[in-house]
Amino acid sequence: MIWLNQIIQGVLLGGYYALIASGLSLMFGVMRIINLAHGDLAILGAFLTLLLADHAGLDPFVSLAVVLPALAVLGWLLQRTMLERSLRAGVLVPLLTTFGLAIVVQNVLFEEYGADTRSLGPQIGDLAFSSWTITDQIYISHLSVIIFGVAVTVLGGLHLLLRLTPIGRALRATAEDADTAELVGINSKSVYAVAAGIAVATAGLAGVFLAMRSSFDPYSGPPQLIFAFEAVVIGGLGSLWGTLAGGIILGVAQNVGAQLNPQWQIIAGHIVFLAILAARLVLTEVSSRGGFRVVLAQRV
Amino acid sequence: MNAASDVAVAARRELTIQRWTGLSVGSVTALLALVAALSFVPLALGANAIDKLTTLFVYVILAAMWNALAGYAGLVSVGQQAFFGIGAYATIQLSNWGVTVYLALLLAALIAGAVAIPTSLFTLRLHGGVFAIGMWVVAEVFHLLVNLDGSVGGVTGTSLVALNGFSVDDRRSYNYWMTLGAMVVLLGLVFVLLRSRIGASLQAIRDDEEAAASVGVRVLGGKWIIFVLAAVGCGAAGALWLATNITFQPNSYFNVQWTAYMIFMALVGGLGTFEGPIIGALIFFIIQDQFGDQGVWYLVGLGSAAVLFAMFLPRGIWGTVEERFGLQLLPVGYRLRGLQPAKEREA
Repeated sequence: MIWLNQIIQGVLLGGYYALIASGLSLMFGVMRIINLAHGDLAILGAFLTLLLADHAGLDPFVSLAVVLPALAVLGWLLQRTMLERSLRAGVLVPLLTTFGLAIVVQNVLFEEYGADTRSLGPQIGDLAFSSWTITDQIYISHLSVIIFGVAVTVLGGLHLLLRLTPIGRALRATAEDADTAELVGINSKSVYAVAAGIAVATAGLAGVFLAMRSSFDPYSGPPQLIFAFEAVVIGGLGSLWGTLAGGIILGVAQNVGAQLNPQWQIIAGHIVFLAILAARLVLTEVSSRGGFRVVLAQRV
Repeated sequence: MNAASDVAVAARRELTIQRWTGLSVGSVTALLALVAALSFVPLALGANAIDKLTTLFVYVILAAMWNALAGYAGLVSVGQQAFFGIGAYATIQLSNWGVTVYLALLLAALIAGAVAIPTSLFTLRLHGGVFAIGMWVVAEVFHLLVNLDGSVGGVTGTSLVALNGFSVDDRRSYNYWMTLGAMVVLLGLVFVLLRSRIGASLQAIRDDEEAAASVGVRVLGGKWIIFVLAAVGCGAAGALWLATNITFQPNSYFNVQWTAYMIFMALVGGLGTFEGPIIGALIFFIIQDQFGDQGVWYLVGLGSAAVLFAMFLPRGIWGTVEERFGLQLLPVGYRLRGLQPAKEREA
């Protein structure tokens, strides 16, 4: 029963990972731009919400109406000013610029807020701890179900956006071949800027939920980036539903690891990620040599 | 048709490949003289100067290693702190097992290289951003495993107590000479490696991996050598940092900030030039010396500078100088002599 509980909690935690990974999945999976400040922008979203709660007394859910558009504009600006220029210098340059940005965001937040660990838990009242009792060992928290639902909605929305809307088509075309897309009248720069805006807004959304379900400080961003990245890679680049699966696999791996030994939680997630990546590399290698039968026959 | 091929033949005869210039022979000689002079510093200068120079040399090692990876092999790693941490951790363990402490420093660097071998089997098959963050995950795994190791005090860490066997002054001088030696050997290795066939093939890989493979460059072999060398270098830097700072805390040695420093130094100095990282390390050292006590604003400044350099001066300080003045103090490339501008030839 304890194991079943850990798996259920892992799936729900996976919902959070899928949510923070959704923007990264769009930018990295589809546009092939790595934003190393993704986690820090999520934490920025959490701090903005905290700021509005402290100074204007806004409910965190209400303040999303301010925070998400603000972050979308920030993402748009980020693409137009920094990433666009970096991309021209080569595919690896955005790694360098966004890594610099990450350090700036972390330390400006630290300068403003210090090292204290904070939480939005107190601002959301009962929701912070209310839950459904399934059996005496299994509780399902309302908040984690909400987060999971939001993750599915965001990923589903992005999926539909990519598949069905003109901007989604333009985005996929630009990712495929920006020059050719320009030839048929797509403004690739503006398309990418809109996508970056969406990606940063979803990062902020995830950051706010992180702040509600647990705690955060100015240096919480990098681990979130790593988890998001793991979810995207496990699920397969370019697949938004894959990202949901990746988040769930990561969440379950962490919770099962934590059940074995509380200190193994994070490391279990990393090891499952590396194992999946390694297995995929082996499979690609084997299939490029003509499948398992051929490879084994050659060895013997 | 004939005339054209005659010109081509004539042109080919006139072309010569130049690997050294008068200036570069002079600058290498001057550099060797500088190293010789530096080796007498502990006898001449005070404790403060020795400590500062030791720190600078560690920075030079780190910058040169990251530059070899990213600037020459196209391997942008966000996980080099893995080897920095392993270098320090291995030193502690070896010294606990009774290995003489200065031998332990040397062995620890080799252990970091040995750890890089199985790691490389996996990570070198990843590309671009997946490699970058994949290395970060690998570093986190090593970090968390060391955190779990009670024999080095877990998260709280421990100290390199074996160094208490030496007087403070002796220790300072030995650390200085070890660091100077490590820096000279590692820079020398990178220099020789980049001048060799491997250097040329690495740059081909960096610029276009598939095209390089298609003309017969052994892609994995070249990357592998640089990856392992960079691990040895970062391991040595970690071990030497431990020797000068005595205390070992996994959270500070396996911190991604070390990679942030490496990126800053390589970018500002000039990614993909041999001299650049040395200049970058010098600049970083001066900034840290002057503004290190400004706390986080100093880090904000470092981050912003890295962003600005990557965007507006992607070749860094030395890369820009090299481009503008055609200077090469430490030549790792090939210069084609005898190519005439088209106008001159017509006239």
